[in-house]
Amino acid sequence: MPSSTSDEVIIVRPSRGWLDLNLREVWRYRELIYFLTWRDIKVRYKQTFLGAAWAVIQPFFTMVVFTLFFGRLAKIPSDNVPYPIFSYAALLPWQLFAKALNDAGRSLVSNRNMITKVYFPRLVIPIASLLGGVVDFAIAFLVLLAMMAYYGIRPTPHVWALIPFLLLTLTTALGVGLWLSALNVLYRDVGYTLPFLTQAWMFITPIAYSSTLVPEKWRLVYALNPMAGVVNGFRWALLDTPTGPDASLWVSVAVALLLLISGLFFFRRMERQFADRV
Amino acid sequence: MLALRVHDLGKRYRLGLQMDAYATLRDVIAQALARPFHRKTQPKTEEDTLWALRHVSFEVPRGKVLGIIGRNGAGKSTLLKILSRVTEPTEGYAEIHGRVGSLLEVGTGFHPELTGRENIYLNGAILGMHREEIDRKFDEIVEFSEIGRFLDTPVKRYSSGMYVRLAFAVAAHLEPEILVVDEVLAVGDAAFQRKCLGRMSDVAQGGRTVLFVSHNMSAILNLTEEAIVLDKGRVVFHGPTPEAVDMYLASAMKRSGERLWNEDEIPPTAYPFRPIALRVKDAKGRTTDAVRSTEPITIEIEYHLDAPIQGLRVGIYLLSMRGEYVFTSFDTDDISRFTKWEVRPAGRYVSRCTIPADFLNGGRYLVSMNASAYRVKRYFQEDNAVAFTVDATGAPGSQWPENRLGLVRPRLDWEIEAEYETRG
Repeated sequence: MPSSTSDEVIIVRPSRGWLDLNLREVWRYRELIYFLTWRDIKVRYKQTFLGAAWAVIQPFFTMVVFTLFFGRLAKIPSDNVPYPIFSYAALLPWQLFAKALNDAGRSLVSNRNMITKVYFPRLVIPIASLLGGVVDFAIAFLVLLAMMAYYGIRPTPHVWALIPFLLLTLTTALGVGLWLSALNVLYRDVGYTLPFLTQAWMFITPIAYSSTLVPEKWRLVYALNPMAGVVNGFRWALLDTPTGPDASLWVSVAVALLLLISGLFFFRRMERQFADRV
Repeated sequence: MLALRVHDLGKRYRLGLQMDAYATLRDVIAQALARPFHRKTQPKTEEDTLWALRHVSFEVPRGKVLGIIGRNGAGKSTLLKILSRVTEPTEGYAEIHGRVGSLLEVGTGFHPELTGRENIYLNGAILGMHREEIDRKFDEIVEFSEIGRFLDTPVKRYSSGMYVRLAFAVAAHLEPEILVVDEVLAVGDAAFQRKCLGRMSDVAQGGRTVLFVSHNMSAILNLTEEAIVLDKGRVVFHGPTPEAVDMYLASAMKRSGERLWNEDEIPPTAYPFRPIALRVKDAKGRTTDAVRSTEPITIEIEYHLDAPIQGLRVGIYLLSMRGEYVFTSFDTDDISRFTKWEVRPAGRYVSRCTIPADFLNGGRYLVSMNASAYRVKRYFQEDNAVAFTVDATGAPGSQWPENRLGLVRPRLDWEIEAEYETRG
């Protein structure tokens, strides 16, 4: 941002091929990320009656529905943990991921007026839309703590592992979000794909069921979905289910990093067309 | 010290890109299947492309104010967008020494749900200001914007004037080394416009470089000493502002008292309003660009409505060559016509007005046209659509071959009272 000195010389010229990521420029604009995140949160709840309670209502009622149908009726095994808390612990990172995916995917198009009028590193926009969801996550997390107290579940000694698993969620969401947001500028089809994509992704993620149901020989393939690794990790860190880190986690981490890095390069490559095509 | 060096800058757009932007994946797949070896990113021929800007080179020393003038579509906005790094050039380069602040539009990123205070911080950050920089200038911004006690009201409740004042206030307190301004002065009331112009010349006097684009020739003349004239994407003149203004006005006005619109010149946003022609006619009903001040002048706007419009008003702005307004007039100014034409059904129309004889002074005048529904939508506007010359032969006072000051030269009823002294 304005920390640039007056001696700085900027050369504006056509760029060719794959650009360098120029993450330093994004760092310079960190305050803009902060303000855009803050705007999204503020605006989201400003005209709602229930305000921030929405951050809780969505995962909570999904949990209730899951408990009734998958827990009670279908009697899906839940690794010896009460089904409500079993599903809620998975819904937390899932809602963060799904929301981030949807918001980031549409972010460039909905901030069209900024993109066509002012310069700033475009990466700022999907990043800010991602961070808006983290606040909802924190609020919904408080409910989880209350539920754990209600069921008399003590935190496990490895509860700290939530932080790296949270980072894995954000990495995956940002990676996919970058791909989708850049594609959405060129093809509005992405907007139509998002609800379907989220729904399908939810079924391949062990939210309503436990990943222990997946046959052993398919576990590594199953872990190609980084969100499977995240949900397993969340349950393990909070509820001590037998889904702790193993080789499959590394598959998830590798896929997440691949998504993020390829997403960053793809985004930067498409960036030069944004102002003309959004 | 150089602030800016532009060398052989060019920007090519593919024609129809605007519509392509919404191309669906299906189209792309279908195209790829139909012609698997055709690379979509490469335009086939030069005919598919439009150089919005080409071979543009100039330099601006630090502390100078450079005016940029040209007709709509001459490439002014494209140039500013490249210099403010919103879009990339296709060829050539620009070397920019220092931070660039661009005011391509006021209020970018303003959110209607947020209060004035919140929007000041948000907009400041978008324009590239640091938080402490905004903190420091906050009071000054509020004072400049004159919004006072509405500071903590959501901006959606602001009048359009307040909104614009606040937006400009934030932007005007940006302190870049190079300020790029595009027509932002066309907003707000006259008093606020003067204030903005004042602020801009302060910026220039503070030793910073300003690039200023405007259709307002008197603003260009007041604020800049040097200007470039763009025409069809090229620099056709670079030199002292008065000469640039004359050159622009002369080149822009090779018209014959008539402006005819082709279908492809009408933006889709104008729908359902479709302008056909704007004509200046003399007392005998001939379309001409030379009229006599002693005869009435008729201005005629022909247009078609593809669908009914409620509250439509079609009118003109009459300006002098220097960009000063002589008057503004709409076809439904008269209250009875306003009631009668509340809704205009689809069809072909001609709105015609007459400027009375003995009203305008001699000189050259510009007609801009506007078709809008008040506070609802501006369907169509074209600045400086037609020019015409008024010949003042025979006008009041013609017995003295002097230049009369003033834009109008009415034949007023004078009375001379006298008391004679009789001398014996």
